[in-house]
Amino acid sequence: MNPQLIIDAAFIVATLLFIYGLKRMSSPVTARSGIVVAGLGMVVAVIVAFLYIADVNPKAEPHLTTNIVLAVVALALGLGWAWWSGKKVEMTAMPQMVALYNGMGGGAAAAIAAIELFGHKAHGLEILIMAVLGGIIGAVSLSGSLIAWAKLDGKIDGTWRFPGLQAVNGLILLTILAIGGWTVFNDGQVPMPLIAGFFVLSLVYGVMMAMPIGGADMPVVISLFNAFTGLAVGFEGYVIGNAALMVAGMVVGSAGTLLTLLMAKAMNRSVSNVLFSNFGAAGAEGQGEIKGSMKPIDAGDAGINMRYASKVIIAPGYGLAVAQAQHKLYEFVKLLQDAGVEVKFAIHPVAGRMPGHMNVLLAEAGVPYDIIYDMDDINNEFKEADVAIVIGANDTVNPAARTNKSSPIYGMPILNVDQAKQVYVVKRGQGKGYSGVENELFFADNTNMVYGDAQKVMVAMIQAVKSLEGGGH
Amino acid sequence: MDATTAITGFVALYIFMLAAFTGYEIIGRVPAILHTPLMSGSNFIHGIVVVGAMWALFNASSTLEQAIGFFGVLLGAGNAAGGYVVTERMLEMFKPSDKKKG
Repeated sequence: MNPQLIIDAAFIVATLLFIYGLKRMSSPVTARSGIVVAGLGMVVAVIVAFLYIADVNPKAEPHLTTNIVLAVVALALGLGWAWWSGKKVEMTAMPQMVALYNGMGGGAAAAIAAIELFGHKAHGLEILIMAVLGGIIGAVSLSGSLIAWAKLDGKIDGTWRFPGLQAVNGLILLTILAIGGWTVFNDGQVPMPLIAGFFVLSLVYGVMMAMPIGGADMPVVISLFNAFTGLAVGFEGYVIGNAALMVAGMVVGSAGTLLTLLMAKAMNRSVSNVLFSNFGAAGAEGQGEIKGSMKPIDAGDAGINMRYASKVIIAPGYGLAVAQAQHKLYEFVKLLQDAGVEVKFAIHPVAGRMPGHMNVLLAEAGVPYDIIYDMDDINNEFKEADVAIVIGANDTVNPAARTNKSSPIYGMPILNVDQAKQVYVVKRGQGKGYSGVENELFFADNTNMVYGDAQKVMVAMIQAVKSLEGGGH
Repeated sequence: MDATTAITGFVALYIFMLAAFTGYEIIGRVPAILHTPLMSGSNFIHGIVVVGAMWALFNASSTLEQAIGFFGVLLGAGNAAGGYVVTERMLEMFKPSDKKKG
């Protein structure tokens, strides 16, 4: 049988499995099987791709054995390293690993473009346009994602910007587009150094794009780069005439774009705002004096009060995950539930480091997803709650977002924890949140502060409630 | 074989358009709790680029092309495998309360 026919048929099956898998991933009940289905599609595609060796470029014939060995070694190394690193990474570090793997995909797309352009293989207006665009986007995604990974992993600190950054970036982008345009209009016949410059500048642009962006905005950027890689893969799929790459790439390109917009919206920021301005740089001053004082309370007392409440809502933040306190928190929740307390989790759209990240972290601790509620579903219930407990969250519960127009977070939707009868805030110290804004919730009359590491606080609460039950020890 | 394609012009546009619509539909109706796993899952899906990189490497005819192709396949394989493992680990944790173990 014609190998090309087998390849085409197998790729259709793989594409179908990808889309069906993604669809299954979009419901919590079937999500697990979704990734397995999609994974099966990938295995089929990679195995069948070896049939490509039956019909290669005559110029490549003499190198075929070497090329096959190179492919097998590269596959084994890439797969082995990624499998190992993916298995050992902590759940809190997931976002940066997603960034890293995403950057690798962008790099692979850029590599396809590089081979086509360096080898003067791509011809024709449409193909060259796609090759050039995919090359730029893939390279930007590679270097940008690496910066995002390094920042989230704490390998690079802070943001980096200088006056005229936008102008420099604009100049770089113009140069890239000029070389790209020249390549297209000369049917790909341009000197090698120029093509090399094209890719180097694209990589530089990715770095310049990601470096000025601060920690809180990083998830939006990772999601954006994810969409970028999808687009680059789709474009390069067109260049090499592979419909599976085109469909899979474009599905991710559009899904990723939508996800990016949803994330930006959850923080009341536009994507261009994220890319071109600095969170908190303009704002931190200009807030009024906050009246009242912070009232500390002992962790054990707070725990016992919750034991005798009828409804408790928990608002977790990244501080919970950093302290690795999810498991202790759920142990405490089970104690409350055993005592007949109704407990719910309220998740702000950007709790954690990415939308849904907090859900993953809670799921890791075994918290069932049906007591976890999205902000919009639970915000009206805070006024009926006896206690709202904020653990390691700050900006997402700051009432200034509702009232203070001069605040940099003004307009961001927040959890209405301040409407609960009693608010406990578990916090390491008196510092400010990511945005650098003071939080008036901490000074409110119905708020008490529980100072300490979230894990130690949870242990103290558990002990207090247990000793109550055990008859006072 | 030079890079030629049977999918030209408007047929390509149709493919892109329908694929974009599919992606939009899939994400649009998803609860926020699945956004991170889905982002990771879509990150895995574009790992299919490894197949394109394999094609490019098989057709490489100079040392430079072979070197670039090698890195392309290496990176693509990392994208696919890493994306799979991370997504699978995240989704493994989603269990309803009636089925949870201890």
